[in-house]
Amino acid sequence: MYDRSAKLAAKGVVIEYWLQRSRSLFTAVKGVDLEVRPGELLAIVGPSGCGKTTFLNAVDGLLPIAGGSLTLDGREIRKPGRDRAMVFQQPGLLPWRTVLGNVIFGVEAQGTMSKSEAIARAKQQIELVGLKGFEDAYPLELSGGMQQRVNLARALLTDPEMLLLDEPFAALDAQTREMMQLELLKIWSQTRKTALFITHDIKEAIYLADRVIVFTRRPGRVKNVVDINLSRPRDLRIKRDPQFLTYEDEIWESIQEELAMPAERLIAGIPAA
Amino acid sequence: MSIKEADRVLPVTTRESDPTRERRSVLRPSRIRMYEPLVIGTLSVFFALTVWQLVANARVYSVLFLPGPWDVAQAFVQLFQSDDIWLDIATSGEELAIGYGMAIVIGLTLGLLMGWYTRFQFGLDPFVNFFYSTPRIVFIPLFILWFGIELQPKIAVIFLGALFPIIINTMAGVRNTEAALLRVARSFGASDALTFRRVVLPGSVPFILTGFRLGIGHALTGLVVAEYIAAKHGVGQIIAIASQTFQTPKALAGVVLIAGTGMLLTTVLHRIENRFQSWRPQIR
Ligand SMILES: Nc1ncnc2c1ncn2[C@@H]1O[C@H](COP(=O)(O)OP(=O)(O)OP(=O)(O)O)[C@@H](O)[C@H]1O
Ligand SMILES: [Mg+2]
Repeated sequence: MYDRSAKLAAKGVVIEYWLQRSRSLFTAVKGVDLEVRPGELLAIVGPSGCGKTTFLNAVDGLLPIAGGSLTLDGREIRKPGRDRAMVFQQPGLLPWRTVLGNVIFGVEAQGTMSKSEAIARAKQQIELVGLKGFEDAYPLELSGGMQQRVNLARALLTDPEMLLLDEPFAALDAQTREMMQLELLKIWSQTRKTALFITHDIKEAIYLADRVIVFTRRPGRVKNVVDINLSRPRDLRIKRDPQFLTYEDEIWESIQEELAMPAERLIAGIPAA
Repeated sequence: MSIKEADRVLPVTTRESDPTRERRSVLRPSRIRMYEPLVIGTLSVFFALTVWQLVANARVYSVLFLPGPWDVAQAFVQLFQSDDIWLDIATSGEELAIGYGMAIVIGLTLGLLMGWYTRFQFGLDPFVNFFYSTPRIVFIPLFILWFGIELQPKIAVIFLGALFPIIINTMAGVRNTEAALLRVARSFGASDALTFRRVVLPGSVPFILTGFRLGIGHALTGLVVAEYIAAKHGVGQIIAIASQTFQTPKALAGVVLIAGTGMLLTTVLHRIENRFQSWRPQIR
């Protein structure tokens, strides 16, 4: 049933948080089944608080899973590794380091590259994300979009096999976001890295992804999978294509169902009074 | 809203119709704005000194009771004409340098360890709380008993005075490291040592320097009080003897010397702080 060639495979993944205050376990994700094929760009959408970030953190190895299995190239994920790199929702840049210093931080932490090599490659990477000329600027001197480019460049420089992106463009204004989507597609088509992209924005998901996965309300699991058959390379005009709009409707309906569902039906095992 | 903030949010406008009006940009403050703190500060000090001088000149009170700034200035010059002054300064300076220097080395080490290793903090917290809540000068009689009236009891008091603000601020700096930055470091597989050196330590610098600055105040207090109680030489001793013999201007000259030292050291630390903060956009 599961494709052997899958890059990432999640089977019945359960993730729980320990709530210190109420001294109880809180299930954020319950039974996620999905797989990401090599070279695929997979997007996950779903209602707020359904466990998307939680799931992605587990894939990165920042959170342990309480049940099921989560494998990358057939190996169980236990901790962060060089084969994955995360682009965080908040840029998480060191404010006292320049753009160049921040971009090399990832490889510096991994200890995989000599400093001179890191700097030389970081300069190329900075150019690739369109920040040439800002190598010596500090994060607080950059706009939000530029900070996210640094965040992206830092992840790309580590040359991961799989790129994890957690709503990287959510905080940007509409124009900047579209520009960043375009740039991301350009970079992705050059490198063809496997990527898992989380977003709130249905259009963004369809525009970028090969497949879009819709999560249910919390505790999150996969509700449905939509194959996006739109030819690449895609330019921004495709967002007005009839086929695009059909996908958008389908996904929108799917999320609406989740939002509209009466709460008591979600509490499993408790019959309505 | 403070006046400073009001200044900041004023829109940067240029009136096209008035070509003589200077263009102001956010990036380059005008010359006058740059020197504003210095100019206003100096003027206000002059104003205060003038008022003080005028009140003293009225001679409602005797010089013994209320010397004017001029009397203090004269006493200051006289102080530096005496032979003992350099011995006094050297003595106090030595006590301060050793006591404060030790507080920096040990305070920084303990603060970093306590911030990074929770268990270490649990172990030392009771002691830090005990000593920090006790006015350290109550130990002076004990120190005199143990160390005599040479330099050692004063060094001990200065050391204890400066130590705790440095420990507490350093620890706070380490603890205040942004969780998001730690997560980034962990995500990229950074070792503990690298996370500490590259993320935690640089982020703690402002806190550490604040600790150093607070430490200076405590150290000088310790110095003066300890020399007040028992000393052969020292600036605190000058103040003590001068006030007991009703040489009020001389006592105040000693106070000026202490205050000047404090301000000088604080300024140096401020400069260092600014060097470390060059990444912050210049909004003053
Ligand atoms: N550190 C934590 N401790 C306890 N509960 C948490 C923690 N982080 C998240 N949660 C809970 O887990 C659930 C899922 O959170 P998560 O951040 O994964 O949602 P999300 O799908 O990413 O939401 P959004 O789209 O708003 O970012 C939420 O109900 C949240 O309250
Ligand atoms: Mg999230």
